[in-house]
Amino acid sequence: MTKLSRLARVLRRTAIHAVPTMLGIVIFNFFLLHLAPGDAADVMAGEAGAATEETLAALRSRFGLDLPLLHQLLAYLANLAQLSLGFSPRYNMPVADLIVQRLPGTLMLMGSSLAFALVLGTVLGTLMSSYAGRWPDRILSVLSLLFYSIPSFWIGLMLIVLLSVKLGLLPSGGAETIGAGYTGIAALLDRARFMVLPALSLSLFYVAIYARLARAAMLEVRSQDYIRTAAAKGLSPFAITFRHALRNALIPVTTMAGMHLGGLMGGAVVVETVYSWPGLGRLAFEAVMGRDFTVLLGILLLSSLLVIVANVLVDLAQAWLDPRIEVR
Amino acid sequence: MRLAPTTPVLSRSEAAMPRPAHAATRGSAGGQDLQFAWTNVHAPDAARVTAEVAAQGAPADTRRALRAFLKNPAAMTGLVFLLLVITAALLAPVLYPEDPLGMVGRPILWPGQNAQFPLGTDSLGRDVAAGLFHGARISLIVGMAATIIGLVAGITVGALAGYFGGRIDTLLVRLVEIFQTIPGFILLVVLVAIAQPSITTITVAIGLVTWPTVARLVRAEFRSIREKEFVMAARSLGYGHARIILREILPNALPPIIVTSSVMVASAILMESALSFMGLGDPNVVSWGSMIGAGRELLRTAWYLTALPGIVIVFTVLALNLLGDGLNDALNPRLSAER
Repeated sequence: MTKLSRLARVLRRTAIHAVPTMLGIVIFNFFLLHLAPGDAADVMAGEAGAATEETLAALRSRFGLDLPLLHQLLAYLANLAQLSLGFSPRYNMPVADLIVQRLPGTLMLMGSSLAFALVLGTVLGTLMSSYAGRWPDRILSVLSLLFYSIPSFWIGLMLIVLLSVKLGLLPSGGAETIGAGYTGIAALLDRARFMVLPALSLSLFYVAIYARLARAAMLEVRSQDYIRTAAAKGLSPFAITFRHALRNALIPVTTMAGMHLGGLMGGAVVVETVYSWPGLGRLAFEAVMGRDFTVLLGILLLSSLLVIVANVLVDLAQAWLDPRIEVR
Repeated sequence: MRLAPTTPVLSRSEAAMPRPAHAATRGSAGGQDLQFAWTNVHAPDAARVTAEVAAQGAPADTRRALRAFLKNPAAMTGLVFLLLVITAALLAPVLYPEDPLGMVGRPILWPGQNAQFPLGTDSLGRDVAAGLFHGARISLIVGMAATIIGLVAGITVGALAGYFGGRIDTLLVRLVEIFQTIPGFILLVVLVAIAQPSITTITVAIGLVTWPTVARLVRAEFRSIREKEFVMAARSLGYGHARIILREILPNALPPIIVTSSVMVASAILMESALSFMGLGDPNVVSWGSMIGAGRELLRTAWYLTALPGIVIVFTVLALNLLGDGLNDALNPRLSAER
């Protein structure tokens, strides 16, 4: 079987797999959220200060909240089929628009954090495995353990104290200088300045994970027979590390990276709260607090989609890295 | 986890034929390793576990694991740190019998300003030291209980899916995927918000959110290990599924599970603190996360209110991680030998 046809089969298998998972998630979320006490009408009535039974009933029928559960679910599914995520009573705008508005901020934050963590983590892990047991390994091990143990929201707050409050180097929150009216490169640099602290806070934990994972995997791989064979036929340590060992050691790293997308999203909720970063995470938190289920369902669905896509990519990457992985 | 001391050695001796002489692979590094008693370095005798050690069975190997663990300075540091936290948790009601949420002094006293409150007071005049001591109880209870829930569910699902493959695998993977695709922390926030925040709901919710990670990891390990020669050998010897899963594959899959479980306690503590930081903690108890959340309002003027609980969290989580590393080294002669 050629590599391409093998990859195509993996792709087809995972794609077929993804559809029922998505459906399961939609239904799971829908019923889960309906377990919650109170609905959007209650919240709106509460925020308005007072409401009569009639107003509540009107609100409920306006947003279809008085229909039987199954009808509400079917209505939601029908809307989904038309790429509509419903309407948020609280924000008074379509959920899809709301999410599209917040999505870029979160994607930028997650993307830069993940890329930074993957590159730095793999480099650190490879370094550590090359010096296993010697002082560079020890120092990096302690450092990565420390990174691993620090809550992202706390390091975020401490970075604000040090870099914004005491030294005044970086902004402590927000996404851009309000009213500065920068354009082009200046606007980009301005945004980058605001992103440094949130991205750093979010990624430190993952840097540590990938460093530890890459180190363990490299050590495991290096004891395999084929590495000994490679050394015996006279390959340089550099070639052995990068062409033979790293490729196999990347398997656990890629598995974890795909799984971490959901984790990053969760981390973003906390970090976005710390830095008042206008992203999906903060929207999700506001939605939970306001019991705005339509918004929450939209966010959960979208992040689920993201993770599914990431998992397909990881499966493909693994099949490419290790031809032994079974194709069914 | 109790399987670990006995079984890796046994299965290794069975696997000795297809995968010979691990000790020889890293022969040159072995001499160097002797000089350091460090996490990354492993007791040299572990590399030469021979048939007669294996034949002696559990007691000798448990002793060996214990020795390796006690000799490991990083693991001992972690253990001492963790014992300190446990002691603090146990002493909390003795040292600070009053409600840590009670207002006892002048608000916003910096540490050292008043000898009665060595770590200062917060914006409502609550004793920071009392909060830290009482917070230790909450963190440890939530962390350990949530991990047990997550491990039991995760290993069961992961082992069955990874070993049997086929329809069982497809079904269980769907279940895992549904749970894992939903971002864990967001699901956690939703679950806790629905069930109303309390210690019990937070613990169960963390367990529900963490099991898919274990299941996936275990499944991946099982899928890769079941293709190995020693499993084929066990099959050709006519061993049953239960024996192959529990005595052949599981011990070999344990290294990542053990690392994960120690890390799970740590991350459960982190999750609990993040939840209470965001105001979704149990409102009736003081937690490190809620202290940070409250201190955040005064970040610019009284940053110690944020710094102190955070340092304690890092200390506890670091202790657990060090301990986990040490356990991993001690319990896994197979992995140790390969390093």
